[in-house]
Amino acid sequence: MKTQNIMIVGVGGQGSLLASKLLGRLLLTRGYDIKVSEVHGMSQRGGSVVTYVRFGDKVYSPIIDKGEADFIVSFELLEAARWTEYLKPGGKIVVNTQRINPLPVIIGAAEYPENLEEKIRSAGIGLESFDALSLAEKAGSAKAVNIALMGRLSKFFDFSEEEWLCAIKESVPEKFLELNKKAFLLGRQA
Amino acid sequence: MKKLMLGNEAVARGLFEAGCSFVSSYPGTPSTEITECAARYAEIYAEWAPNEKVAMESAFGACLAGKRSFCGMKHVGLNVAADPLFTIAYTGVNGGMVIGVADDPGMHSSQNEQDSRHYARAAKIPMLEPADSAEAIAFTKEAYEISERFDTPVLLKMCTRVSHSQSVVEPGERVEKSRSYEKNPQKYIMMPGNAKRRHPVVEERTRALLEWAETWEGNRLEAGESNDMGFITSSTSYQYVKEAFGDRYPVLKLGMIWPMPKKKILDFAASVKKLVVVEELDSFIEEHARNLGLDPVGKDVFSPIGEFSQNLVKELLGEEVPQGKALEENIPQRPPVMCAGCPHRGLFYTLAKNKITVMGDIGCYTLGAVPPLAALDTTICMGASVSGLHGFVKALEGSADSKTVGVIGDSTFMHSGITGLVNASYNASNATVIILDNSITGMTGHQQNPTTGMNLKGEPAAAVNLEELCRAVGIRRVRVVDPYDLKETEEAVKEELAAAEPSVIISRRPCALLKYVKHRGPIAVDTEKCRSCKACMKIGYPAISMENGKAKIDNTLCTGCGVCAQLCKFGAL
Repeated sequence: MKTQNIMIVGVGGQGSLLASKLLGRLLLTRGYDIKVSEVHGMSQRGGSVVTYVRFGDKVYSPIIDKGEADFIVSFELLEAARWTEYLKPGGKIVVNTQRINPLPVIIGAAEYPENLEEKIRSAGIGLESFDALSLAEKAGSAKAVNIALMGRLSKFFDFSEEEWLCAIKESVPEKFLELNKKAFLLGRQA
Repeated sequence: MKKLMLGNEAVARGLFEAGCSFVSSYPGTPSTEITECAARYAEIYAEWAPNEKVAMESAFGACLAGKRSFCGMKHVGLNVAADPLFTIAYTGVNGGMVIGVADDPGMHSSQNEQDSRHYARAAKIPMLEPADSAEAIAFTKEAYEISERFDTPVLLKMCTRVSHSQSVVEPGERVEKSRSYEKNPQKYIMMPGNAKRRHPVVEERTRALLEWAETWEGNRLEAGESNDMGFITSSTSYQYVKEAFGDRYPVLKLGMIWPMPKKKILDFAASVKKLVVVEELDSFIEEHARNLGLDPVGKDVFSPIGEFSQNLVKELLGEEVPQGKALEENIPQRPPVMCAGCPHRGLFYTLAKNKITVMGDIGCYTLGAVPPLAALDTTICMGASVSGLHGFVKALEGSADSKTVGVIGDSTFMHSGITGLVNASYNASNATVIILDNSITGMTGHQQNPTTGMNLKGEPAAAVNLEELCRAVGIRRVRVVDPYDLKETEEAVKEELAAAEPSVIISRRPCALLKYVKHRGPIAVDTEKCRSCKACMKIGYPAISMENGKAKIDNTLCTGCGVCAQLCKFGAL
């Protein structure tokens, strides 16, 4: 199988590491070669973060380059706009419409661009937007936004609901399992 | 059973399987998880040392006692440990000893982009360089075999993309290893007479290793469909080359970066029409090839700066690369920031407000350099705030009050700030050192340190009392402030700057992200009272913004630290 590329982008602290862990667990059950590249350290302190997930018959590079991503899963709208160049022609962006102002915007040194969803779509980029934060809150915690996003992403893959739920079980602490399952299903139905 | 493993976790697995039983390290991105993961194995004793030099010497002691030992650090940590490194190269080992060092090309989390491969050649120590997690396990185990067979410490070189990438591994079983200690002064006491006899042993060892490197399977030849071009590469650059070209061209993948084979490289070069060396940072392999009389494509095409990628390799060799669509839009940057509720914020606000020159250090508080606080003047390396401050105020002694302080975290102070403070006390400079005691090593992800009262395994441990320590080195003026209290903090800073002797202010409050820290909960805005003066915005707090001309608090972020409320003259917060 040709290598598939998924980028997970967001703001440090939003839980992208758990999302990539979940994807890794899921993909491993099918025997793919997998590489997941994460960012630790300074960038995690509220900065822009990106995680690369690649799978296929044989994966060499741990990173995804410009024009290579089949999917970009974005935890935040501005971050989706930041990384569009990495999307392959015909690729898809799955985005949580939540808006988190970066510090330059907060202190008035820069402006958060308006109508970003529209702008991304009119550039001919496939965009699936939804309010993952509300779904996560509905499931019981704003922190489950990562799993709600995975739910939405799951619609584009041929893994069964059961396989996804099994991977979630292996990835989250027992006491948060029900909450995360709920967030996943809400995202999958969205 | 196949598993996905982070490169660093795989090194820890390799330590476990190789029978390593002693690990001493100092945390540093991207190396930290090796030691954290090693600590999860009951068979391995693992600890955080106060700094990399102590860690390496401790690991050496354990290997001398006959155990397989390890110490791990980031690239700049190896500078701190360079002193023992160059001499244990002479003594060799008893039990195997492996030194893990993780470079950070692209400087995701570092203050420089040094290439640690030079240390292998300079210290005459073999260096292995894994390219993914499976190799991280295999090479870690191989490193111990080399260490004991050739009587040498072995460097295991990681980098961010190998350390922090997960890939598929198949874990194996542990094999217990240990030797007994026998006194051997000629080998282990490195005074000149003995060291003179050891140096030829080291040179002979390198010769033997070189011979071994010619046949070791870790220096692997991969066939290609065409010999128009051929690559010599290693580590993550190997992955980019293979991603870019697949099996089109032959590749000589080096798993051992020092000493490097000669015949293998010459034979490979002779088999291809154009020889290309792909390596991140310096021209280490390329120089070796040039010394062998070859003339490869190398740093004339590939930059010594930053990380590579598959597209970069392709493009620089004249191939088409995929293109994406960038939005024609000004996308504001999102730099890392001090967290909501961070205790450092109140202190940096105070320093910025009083226009104080600030000698910075390495840790979360380096983010005090980010606008709007922009409170720092310099950051060099671990401990440089204290010693740099001493030099700065000494140089300006007698001139107008320089209003300069040094800021250093609790862990960094224990790492190498204390020696600077001894200097300030002994050589009597009018230095004001502020220890930012947040009771944890923050930036690398909450590691315990000698001041926290806990060890790496989470057990209670002796805690260094910072006040008593500072007094013990001769500092008479030592005081503790709560950085959430702006008035108290400002008073302390002004008074200590005015004092005609060295002083220490301990700015003490635990990191807001620590699980045991209880927060008061979000602050409410009284929009009637808010006069839109934006005084509360001066602290660069991610939870405060202005909406319709009034302050607005993000309830999901705000911890209720109350620093903003102290800035509001109208009681709106």
